[in-house]
Amino acid sequence: MEALFALVVGVLTASGIYLLLRGRTFPVIVGLALLGYAVNLFLFSTGGLNTHAAAVIGDSITPTDPLPQALVLTAIVIGFAMTAFVVILAIRARGDLGSDHVDGQQGEDGDAPR
Amino acid sequence: MNQHLISLPILLPMFGALVLLLSGKASDRSHRRLSIAFTALLVIVTLLLLQRAAGGELTFYALGNWQAPFGIVLMLDRLSALMLSLTAVLALGCVIFASAGDDVRGSNFHGLFQLQLMGLNGAFLTGDIFNLFVFFEITLLASYALLMHGGGKERVGAGLHYVILNVAGSALFLIALGVLYGATGTLNMADMGRRVATMSGDQAALVTAGALLLIVVFSLKAALLPLYFWLPRTYSSAPAPVAALFAIMTKLGLYAILRVNSLIFADSDAESAIQGWLWWSGLATILLAAIGVLAARDLRPLVAYLVLVSVGTLLAAASLGTTAATTALLYYLPHTTLICGVLFLIAELIGQQRGKAGTRLVRARRLHQRYLLGGLFLAAAVGVVGLPPLAGSLAKLLLMQAAEGSARLWLWPLLLLAGLSALIAMSRAGSVFFWASYKGEVAAGKVTRPQLVGVVWLLASAPLLVVFAGPISHYSQATAEQLAMPQVVIQQLLGDEPTRDLVQSRQPFHDQTQGDTL
Repeated sequence: MEALFALVVGVLTASGIYLLLRGRTFPVIVGLALLGYAVNLFLFSTGGLNTHAAAVIGDSITPTDPLPQALVLTAIVIGFAMTAFVVILAIRARGDLGSDHVDGQQGEDGDAPR
Repeated sequence: MNQHLISLPILLPMFGALVLLLSGKASDRSHRRLSIAFTALLVIVTLLLLQRAAGGELTFYALGNWQAPFGIVLMLDRLSALMLSLTAVLALGCVIFASAGDDVRGSNFHGLFQLQLMGLNGAFLTGDIFNLFVFFEITLLASYALLMHGGGKERVGAGLHYVILNVAGSALFLIALGVLYGATGTLNMADMGRRVATMSGDQAALVTAGALLLIVVFSLKAALLPLYFWLPRTYSSAPAPVAALFAIMTKLGLYAILRVNSLIFADSDAESAIQGWLWWSGLATILLAAIGVLAARDLRPLVAYLVLVSVGTLLAAASLGTTAATTALLYYLPHTTLICGVLFLIAELIGQQRGKAGTRLVRARRLHQRYLLGGLFLAAAVGVVGLPPLAGSLAKLLLMQAAEGSARLWLWPLLLLAGLSALIAMSRAGSVFFWASYKGEVAAGKVTRPQLVGVVWLLASAPLLVVFAGPISHYSQATAEQLAMPQVVIQQLLGDEPTRDLVQSRQPFHDQTQGDTL
């Protein structure tokens, strides 16, 4: 399970960073979202990956560490708010700058006048 | 009451923000009064805390009475008290300046301003590293909105870069926290420091990786070399009072570096790796920022590059790691923060009276109040360049002495070179603004009273820092010594036992009687 988990986190991070480096705001935002998912999964795993363990303290002899779950919850909330903010900002930048390029330049397609 | 005083720098702006945001219908006048009143109250509270911390005692405050290392603690030592009062003093100047009319160009300026203060104060006070992340996010969210206050193409473009960079930075911050939590199993900084000190082998390597990742994030906030390219554009497009407040934002990164470096990673493998990285990138930041200062063709980017020079200087000093260097750094910190802040405000005043030319370094119409503005500009320029009568020169002298002591003399030529280029650039800017003007009609615009009060409030700090150089340098030396002994913090917060234990580590407010010494 560890290998699969690590692979998922790695692929998500790599895709996130690739998209983050694109020139248009939409792929950048998707990249930020993917990076956020990767980070949340990673945080979740920092308490150690257990199977058949109770979420907090239950009947199980080996409960999982509850702290990473709390951290992930906080990170999800903050990440969600940030994503919403960036989306609105990108829409506004598209309107104000006349282009959805992150530098506000006209794209190679010439799709939007400055 | 005394023991709760330490939570006031967070609660007061939070309450202020709520009142200001919820009373949207009230007049601008009452908003301004409330905002100034809250900020002035904050100055008083932080000065009381400064007085308490100056005695050398550490104050802990367990939120919700959940004891460390399980709950979140607030921690007040000399460093956090210094940062708190610096923030409050700077904020008061900015908010008075903004009351002249900058605040009504968009909505909710004062509420967002208070939220930003809450985030900053929380970050300076917290003793829990995940809580530090949360307060960073509060600060950033408020700063996103403040940056775009008033709108406009330039601001939205710069804001987009700033927001995307910082959201990516937050992701890195979380990864670093995950690595550190995975390796140490705690989030309390003192507890983490205690565990890191006893680590070896694989775990130590993991901690080093996490530490360096953390430093990358803080370098992004502090605007260190490979990560500073967002700063000049962001700061020069922000509204003046906001840009002035942002002068403390880079220092937040510096504070975080100092804090984790002294408390968590002291004497571990990670520390030397961090210091090596900080030293060279600090020096390179000074060099490139000095070139930027010379190349800037507008006063605002020029000041933004001067902020970068100070960041590079401070971080290079932080990487020396000696008590003398930290003393010099802490003496330089208030001076450079307040002077850079006031320069943004003065730039705005100059731009107001030059019509279309704004703050660009071109010939334009004569300024309406050229003697007043020229005097303010001269004082601020002398301060920022680091010429003798003001504190900048003393601080640089202390820094160079500290560098000499640790035999890392690369700081000397770069510091002097940066000073020279700042001198050239400021003299050129001053001559263009005040001497190279067209004859004839005078541009409209007048410095209003709140603007003048705000500027003078910040500028007055420069002579005060010289007059009280003795007590202030004693304070910074005591702070540096306190930072060099993280064991005291660990021992006072967590007790002596080597492992964490629910019963033994109870240490409520570390001592009830100490709250009464105030």
